[in-house]
Order: sequence, then structure tokens, then C-alpha cells
Amino acid sequence: MAKKAGSSLKMQEKPKDVNGVLKGLWGYLKRYLNMLVAAIILAITGNLLSLVGPMLSGKAVNEIAAGKGNVNFEAVFRYAGMMIAFYIISSLFSYGLSILMLNISQRIAKQMRNDVFGKLMELPVGYFDQNLSGDIISRISYDIDVINTSLSNDIVQIFASIITVIGSFVMMVYISPLLVLVMLITIPMSILYTKYMAGKIRPLYRKRSLKYGEMNGFVEEMVTGQKTIKAYAREAVTISKFDKINEEAVDAFYEADYFGSMVGPTINFINNISLTLVTVFGAALYLFQYLTLGDISSFVLYSRKFSGPINEAANIVSELQSALAAAERVFRVLGEEEEVKDIYGAKELMDVSGDVKLTHVAFGYTKERMILKDLSLHAKKGSLTAIVGPTGAGKTTIINLLMRFYDVDKGNIYVDETETRQITRKSLRRAYAMVLQDTWVFGGTIFDNIAYGKEDATMEEVVAAAKAARIHSYIKRLPNGYHTILNEDGLNISKGQKQLLTIARAMLLDAKMLILDEATSNVDTRTEIQIQKAMRNLMKDKTCFVIAHRLSTIQNADHILVVQNGDIVEQGTHTTLMQAHGPYYRMYASQFE
Amino acid sequence: MYLKVLHIYVKGHNKTDKSLGGDFIKRILSYLKPYRAGMLVGLMIKIMGTFADLGLPRVLAYILDHVIPKGRVELIGLWGGVMVALAIMARQFNIRANRMASKVARDTVQCIRHDLFAKINDLSGANVDELTVPSLISRMTSDTYNIHHMIGMMQRLGVRAPIILIGGIIITATLEPVLTLVLVAVLPLLAFGVYQISKHGIPLFSKVQQSADKMVQVVRESISGIRVIKALSKTEYEKERFRKINEELVKKDIRANSIMALSSPMMNLLLNAGLTLVVVAGAFRVNSGACAPGTIVAFLSYFTMILNAMITITRIFVMYSKASASADRITEVLEYESDLKVLEDRYAAELSACEGKEKYKIEFEDVSFAYPVSKNEGSEDENKNCLEHISFAIREGESLGIIGSTGSGKSTIVNLMMRFYDATKGMVKIDGKDIRSYCLQDLRSKFGAAFQNDVIFNDTIFENISFGRDLSKESVEQGAKDACADGYIREKEEGYEHVAAIKGANLSGGQKQRLLIARALANHPEILVLDDSSSALDYKTDAMLRQAIRKNYDDATIVMIAQRISSVMYMDHILVLEDGEMIGYGTHEELMDSCEVYKEIYESQMGNGITA
Repeated sequence: MAKKAGSSLKMQEKPKDVNGVLKGLWGYLKRYLNMLVAAIILAITGNLLSLVGPMLSGKAVNEIAAGKGNVNFEAVFRYAGMMIAFYIISSLFSYGLSILMLNISQRIAKQMRNDVFGKLMELPVGYFDQNLSGDIISRISYDIDVINTSLSNDIVQIFASIITVIGSFVMMVYISPLLVLVMLITIPMSILYTKYMAGKIRPLYRKRSLKYGEMNGFVEEMVTGQKTIKAYAREAVTISKFDKINEEAVDAFYEADYFGSMVGPTINFINNISLTLVTVFGAALYLFQYLTLGDISSFVLYSRKFSGPINEAANIVSELQSALAAAERVFRVLGEEEEVKDIYGAKELMDVSGDVKLTHVAFGYTKERMILKDLSLHAKKGSLTAIVGPTGAGKTTIINLLMRFYDVDKGNIYVDETETRQITRKSLRRAYAMVLQDTWVFGGTIFDNIAYGKEDATMEEVVAAAKAARIHSYIKRLPNGYHTILNEDGLNISKGQKQLLTIARAMLLDAKMLILDEATSNVDTRTEIQIQKAMRNLMKDKTCFVIAHRLSTIQNADHILVVQNGDIVEQGTHTTLMQAHGPYYRMYASQFE
Repeated sequence: MYLKVLHIYVKGHNKTDKSLGGDFIKRILSYLKPYRAGMLVGLMIKIMGTFADLGLPRVLAYILDHVIPKGRVELIGLWGGVMVALAIMARQFNIRANRMASKVARDTVQCIRHDLFAKINDLSGANVDELTVPSLISRMTSDTYNIHHMIGMMQRLGVRAPIILIGGIIITATLEPVLTLVLVAVLPLLAFGVYQISKHGIPLFSKVQQSADKMVQVVRESISGIRVIKALSKTEYEKERFRKINEELVKKDIRANSIMALSSPMMNLLLNAGLTLVVVAGAFRVNSGACAPGTIVAFLSYFTMILNAMITITRIFVMYSKASASADRITEVLEYESDLKVLEDRYAAELSACEGKEKYKIEFEDVSFAYPVSKNEGSEDENKNCLEHISFAIREGESLGIIGSTGSGKSTIVNLMMRFYDATKGMVKIDGKDIRSYCLQDLRSKFGAAFQNDVIFNDTIFENISFGRDLSKESVEQGAKDACADGYIREKEEGYEHVAAIKGANLSGGQKQRLLIARALANHPEILVLDDSSSALDYKTDAMLRQAIRKNYDDATIVMIAQRISSVMYMDHILVLEDGEMIGYGTHEELMDSCEVYKEIYESQMGNGITA
């Protein structure tokens, strides 16, 4: 199975270029340097304050330890009051810190999302042809979320942990340097064990996410293919296939758990051992009066505080690792090469007349495989150029080049005698109206969808365009008319109606050139007949490039390009091509066989 | 950590409000029944382990208060040995219990997932429309994953926290009941605080989720429309659109998280206040001689343990609500009433009665149909009939062409014929038998079908054609040949072993269609259905395909839906559909005379007067 896009089961990934990623993250962090410094100060003071607690409670215990009738209440109350005060302040600080970090991380997330989206809009269309949209979306949502969570939690936690560990250690040394020696046995045990287990478990986790990815892929495929599975009555086979994959997935989960379940209790065990050692040696020292009871009490509490972050360290490290991996994916998008900027001094294309000329154009999406080898063509103002040929032969490529979604590798394209690379992209593209094979509508009203290409379009204009596209009466029948909101992916309208909407959108544009990419293949038969009539009007005075299977459209073309395997094998009008008895003739005749 | 889990929780589901609905989780938990005995043993082991953990501070207090006054070092060592023993027991028991829990989780989830998948395979087209495919996929994947986590974690952490709490109370009560009361007194406050925060915080997260969904939608739309956006130079507009929703998302996120961030400082404060109270109350108790000072040290230790346990409890709470939302979504599918029931064979008698009469292969008797209205769309009068009064009958070996504009109901006829949906009115018969009396498997194995936008699986080309039917190499290749696919398949490096990418991304539109047709042909079906499956083929290939079918599949009954008139004009019967109604039925010649629409279509496609 290929890699799954948007899978949320990405675990334990390691970024490859840590330095670059850190540099990139720092670029974002440093904009909020003041807030960050404030947060770190809060973290340090808050944790130092909370470290005072066990010390005070130990002192209070010492006062209590005097025994029956001898308790110094004044001192106990004093210490208790101080404890409460410190705990309150420390809690306030910790809340303030959370809020501060929340604001920093959310602002960074917002900035990153804007940057990524802005970048996406500037990337050449080729990027979207080569990358799954699910994958792109997961970068802007899931990956940035991971970074966000990690920023708001981990940074503070790292600082807090360092302070707590150092602080507790200092306090323990202060209370009893002898007793600290005990810790020198258990700390290395913890560290070594965690390291050992991490090495052992990581491949198991990797296997687990791999198996889950496989299962997800299978499920996605099979659920999508429901109808087909049913049509061929393949349910039983599919279920037994699934059972196998399911078993592998749960087994992988179990295997990881089997070893993973050892970590918690074992770390706990090491802590307990450390508690035992502290108790035994502490008791001995207490017996020989090297220590007070309060000292033991404080020491036990500090040792618990001390080992806490060390246990968490493994978690934090793995979180940081996945955050860095996520950041790397985000930065990879940000580092993509943008569409080449317009050259310096590029002209605005004004008062277009619509004369398009291609000379010796060669182009391939990859250098190894050229789609167009040597194409020359002159589409005069107001002419109709039909591009015909089997699917995959390179027809859409010509459109990509005309619109400058891609630049030619060799040769030139001229509009009104100007080389298109000398023209700003914006004005060049504005000169074309386009109806693509993949209809595109977005979540918004029907009015917005039609008026998309013309900012200040009035309702009258929109209605006129809709009428011309023969969709006005349909829209009228909707409960909210032109203000009906199309939901996600335009699910509430049919494919044909979507097509009509995009035609209406194109009709509203004041363009001199028109591109139809198999536009009518979704709106068939009767609807198409009506559209064809309207389309004729739209095509008037425009230079048209049409990709169509329908010979009736083609017959009226001023110029026909027959494309096969990336080459223009024939050019001419219907009559001349029929006389030539070439591929066009054979294609034409085949429909009557 | 807590916030993160919550965040994911809210990410995971958006449409369920009743996230704490106990009924659904009950249904899921019923899967645990067979493992009750094992779970009980696991629980006992877990309790023993946790008590061993809890015993340590108790021993500490004992050493401080009772052993030290005796002044004997070897006794301290002995009790130290007891502590080590307890520590070892705690570790062994906990690991054992955890593993048992994992095993239960694995077996349960395996079972749930199997049932869910089988159920999905059993749903009708109408059911799937209602539930939607993406939602079914996420129920199969992330929801079962959540359940897996939940069942494991509940048994591990979920059980541990209450045991520590209760066990802590029990053990401390044996140590010093009065001080225990201080501990108990803090708990209601804690519970109240957590409840309040969750009550106010969690609804805010569903709003966050709504915004997050909107944001993803904007991105998705912009990606799919990138060509249009660029063509119309609307990139700045799109950026602004995104900026707005992003801003909204961040605002809501900050608000929701600001409330949730209260929980951890609050819990710390309350428990630490309790700890301080213990010191004060302990001072009185010690002064009155009711307890020894070492007890207080033990109490402080217990407080720390309980504080940690409490933090996990809130995590469990969050995990539970997340899993219960998932359980809800899974149960909904499991309990879905599949609406395609097999009727009793009440027509068997009728069938034998008309034995003498000529049998039709496919027969529609005054069939009307309306797609069920999806629950969440709630449109009122939209539910109009998609097909009305469709009647036709074709004999074995005959062919039927269906032509009509988009949305006229062409594919619906196939959907009814293959019983993806049941007709609202009227009857569909295959071989003279009401299709509702067939076992679905038997019915559908009569067909070979290629649909519009049909699925190519991420498997070898051979498997895509054979499709788990154990077809021989010859029949697969023959199918491919007849579908004009053999040529391009052989040009691939590995030929039939070439692996098609997900959704057939490495094949062109025409190649995909030919592969699908090969799949339909390979088994020599009784009824061949081609639903607009040659639209991406050029005229020449299309014609070759039609010839091959005519030659090699002359005994098959053919149903062909097409947009091109040339694809259907030679059929024995042609059905012209408009807005769900039959506006013409007959042969090409008949329709040219009688059906105005058919004639119009013909002329527009074939050009005026060039009918050779």
C-alpha cells in the first residue's frame, strides 16, 4: 500500500534536518520573544516557589516531631500559612503561564497556517497535480496542530522540569548530602532502563502505525468500492481479507502494548526502590541523629518531585520528535519553489483582440517524457480551434500552456503578437474564460459562485449569465434562489448543474479568449443541446479553444488539431482532414461502424 | 497532556452532541462480556499490585514511628526488605494486569471491527447514502482505534486511579482516621471544580471543531479549484478568506483552552491546601498524643500519590467521553436496520404457473422510485420521485440502451435492477422472479457491471479484473481483450501484474474505463451492465468494444447507459429518459419517427445530414 495521506497515526518519526527545522521554528518564536521570556521567567519562579513547599512542610513536621504536648503551634501555623501562600502564588503563576503559552503558540499556529496557505496559492499548479490534497490538508491542519500543542506544552514543561530537577536536587543535597548518594544508584537505573526500552519499543510502535495505515488504506478502498463489491457479490472474500489485515493490526497493537506495559510499572518500581533506600538510610541517619524527622519528610517529597520529570522525559522527547517531524513537513511546503515571478517590466495585457500564436512549442511535465514535441499553430481572432484525440494524448497540456500554468520548454506563445512571458500572468489569465472538465464550486451562495470571477458583478449580470447558461430556472426553483448556499463539495446539486454553474461563471467574464476543456461531456444530450446554442453566442467574437469528443462541435471548427501520443498528427479543417483520409478520417468513420 | 487529549477528542468527532450517552458505550462494552472472568482476575491482580504500591508509605510511617524508637538498625534493614518485596510485587502484578488488559482490548476490538466491517458490507445503497462513505471510513478507522485505546486505558489507568484513591483512604484510615477525613473533605471540592470546568469548557471545543472543519473546507476547496483561482487571479481573495477563518479558529481555540487550562492549577492548589491542612490538623493530633509524627510524613506521601492519580482521572474522563462518542458512532452503524430484506419466495408458484409463457430476462412493471431523504439535509419538498412509471421488458440475449440527460434517472434504473435500492412502487423482475425474493448474492452474481466512476483497487491489474472470483488466466485475458484493454496492459512493464495505484491514479481515464469493462466481461455474465463506462474512450475504441461485445457475448443480456447516441443506436431497445419519465421506448428507427427529443439528440451529435 502506498502511504496514506492525512493519517493521524504518525508516530515516532524522526526529522532529518533537525538544525534547519529548529532554525525555522526559531524564526517564528523570535517574533514573540518578549512573551517567551516572560513565560520562561514565570515558569522558573513558579516552580521555584512550589519547591519551597516540601521544605516548609518539613519544618512544620520538625515542630510537630517534638511530640505529645510539646508542639510549637505558633511555628506550625506560621509554616502552614506560608505553605498556603506559596501554593496559591505558584498556582496563579502556573495558570498565567499556561495562558501566556497558549497565546504564543496559537499566534504562531495562526501565522504558520497563513504562511502555508499563502504559499499554496503561489505554488505552480503542478504541485497540486503531484501531491494528494489529503496530504496537503494534513500539513495545514494536523501537522500545525502537533507543533502548536508541542509549543504550548513542551517548552514550558522542559523549563519546568529542568528547574524542578535541579531545584529538588539542590534541596536534597542541602538536607542531606549523604542521603543523596542513594539517588546515584537509582537515577542511572531509570535512565538506562528508559533508553533500553525506548530502543526496544520504537520499532514495535513503528510497526503498529504501519499496520494501522495498511488497514486504513484497505478500509478506505473497500468502503469506497462498496457498490462494486456488492455488484460482484464479493462480500465474503472482502471480509475474510479484512479479517486478516485486522488481525495483523490488533496484533501489532498488542505487541507494542506488551512491552509498553512494562515501562510504567518498572519506572514506578525504581522509584519505589529509591523510596525504600531513602527510608532505610534516612531512618538509620535519623536514629543516629544526623537527620530530623522533618528532613526525612522533605527529602521523600523532593525525591518524588525529582523523579517525576525524569519519568516524563521519555514522553517529552518523543513528543518533541514528532513535533519536529511535523515542522519539517510544514517547512518543506514553505520551501517549495513558487511559480516563477513575472519578469521585470512585464506588460499588462490591455484591450485584447484575441490573436494567439504558438511557434515550435515543446513541453513535458518531466524532462524524460515530452508531451508536446513541436507544435505550431495560429488561432486568429474569433476563430474556433478544436483539439481532438484520445484521452491522455496531451490535449489538456495545451490548455495548461496557454494559461501559463506551466511554461513551455522550447518555442514561444504569443497573444496579440506579444510573447506571453513578457505579459503579467494576471492580465494574461484574465484574458481567458475557462470551463474545465473538473467543475469547481465552493461553499458559498450560488450568486457568489457565479460572480466569482467578476468582483463587482450585479444581480442583473449574474441572472443574465445564469439565463444564458440555462440554469436560471433551476436556481429560481430553489428555496433561497440565488442565495442558496452550496454545501461542501457542492453535494446538494448534481454534476450537470455544477457544470452549468461554471459555465455561467465563464459567461460573466469579459474575456476575449475562451477555453473549453471537454466542458460539455457532463452535461449531455438535451441539456447539452441548449447549452450549445448559448455557447455559440458566448463564443462569438472570442478566440476559442475547445477540447471535445463531439464531432458536431468539431465540424464547425476553423482549425482542428488531432493529437495522438503527444504529437499533433494532423491539422486542418474538417473538410481537408476528411479528404486526407488520415487518423481523423478513421476516427470519424469509426463511429458509424 | 490533559489539554492535548481533550483537543484530540474534540477533533475526533463533530456531529455527536450526546458525547456522554451511556447507552452506546454499553453496547460496545457488551463485547467485553466473554472476557468477564479474565477481566475480573485482571482486576484482582491490579488491586493487589496497587495495594503493594500503597503499602510503601505505610511501612515508612511504621519505621519512623515504631522501629526507630527501638534503636535497632537490623530491624530497619528488615523493614526495608519488606518495602523492596512490596515494590517487586507492585511491579509484577501491574505488568501482569496490564498485559491481560491489552489482550482483552485486542480481542474485543478485533471482534467489533469485524462486525462493523461485515455490517457495512451488508448495508443497502440507501443506507450508505444516509451514513455517507467518508463517515463510514472514519468509523471503521479512527473510531475503532479510539475504542481500542479506551478499553486498554480504562483497564490500566482507569482502574488504578480509583483503587489508589479508595485504597489510600482505607490505608490511611487504619493509620489515622481523623487525618483521613481531611483528605476525604478535599475530594468533593475537586470533583466540583473539574465538573464545572468541563461543563463550561467542552462545549467550547465543539465550536473550535466547527471552525477547524470550516478551515479545512476552505483549504480543500482552494486546492481543488486552484486552476480556476489562478485563471481568475483570485489568490489574494482566497488568502483573505482563509485568513478570516483562521482568525476565528484561533480566537475560539484560545477561549476554550483558557478555561481548560484552569484545571491543572486548581487541582494542584486544592490538594496542596489539603496537604497543608493535614500538617495543621496533624499538629493538634500529635500534641494531644493521638498520633505519632511519622504518620504525618506518610500522609504527605499519600497526598502526592493521590494528586497524581487525580490528574489521571481527569484524563480518563476525557478519554471516556471521546471513546463514548466513537462508541456512539460505531453502534449507530451496527444497529442500522438494513432495508433490503429478502422476501419469501411467494412468486415461485406464480413462476411455475406461467412456465409455458415466454420468460423475460429483465422486467420493470410500473416502477417508481424516490431516493430516501438524508437525515441531516432535511429538505422538505425535494423528495420527489426520481423515476416514475417505468415499464419495459427485454428477453434473454437482447440489448437495452438507455439515454437521457444528466439527472434523468438512468443510473437509478441500474441501481434498482441490481437491488442497491428497493423500488418505492412497482416491481422489478429478473428471470420472471421478483428480485426481492432472490438472495442478494444469487441476484448479483448474474450481473457483470461497470459503473460511472467505478473503483480501481490498489492491486495488480489481474486482481482488479479477476476481483477475487478465482477466474482463470484465460478468462481474465479474454475479458481484457474484448474490452480493448489487453493492448495497453501488455505495454506495461509487468503486464497483468502491474499494480494500479490508489484510485487508479497511474492509469488514464480511458485505461481505467477499459479495465472496468474487462472486469465486467471476464466472467461472462448473464446480464452485462455498462453505465456510462465508455465516455472517456475515443470513437474508434468505443466502436471496437461494441463489436467485440456483439461477437463474443451474444447470449448475454446487455444494458448500456450512454451519453453518445452512437453507443446505443444499434440496441434492440432504446429507452429515452427525461426527468425520471420514459419519453420514448423502441428501436432507433421507431424513435427517430416518434420521439422528438431522441431525434434532437441524434442530430446534435451526429451532425446535420451526414448520416452515412
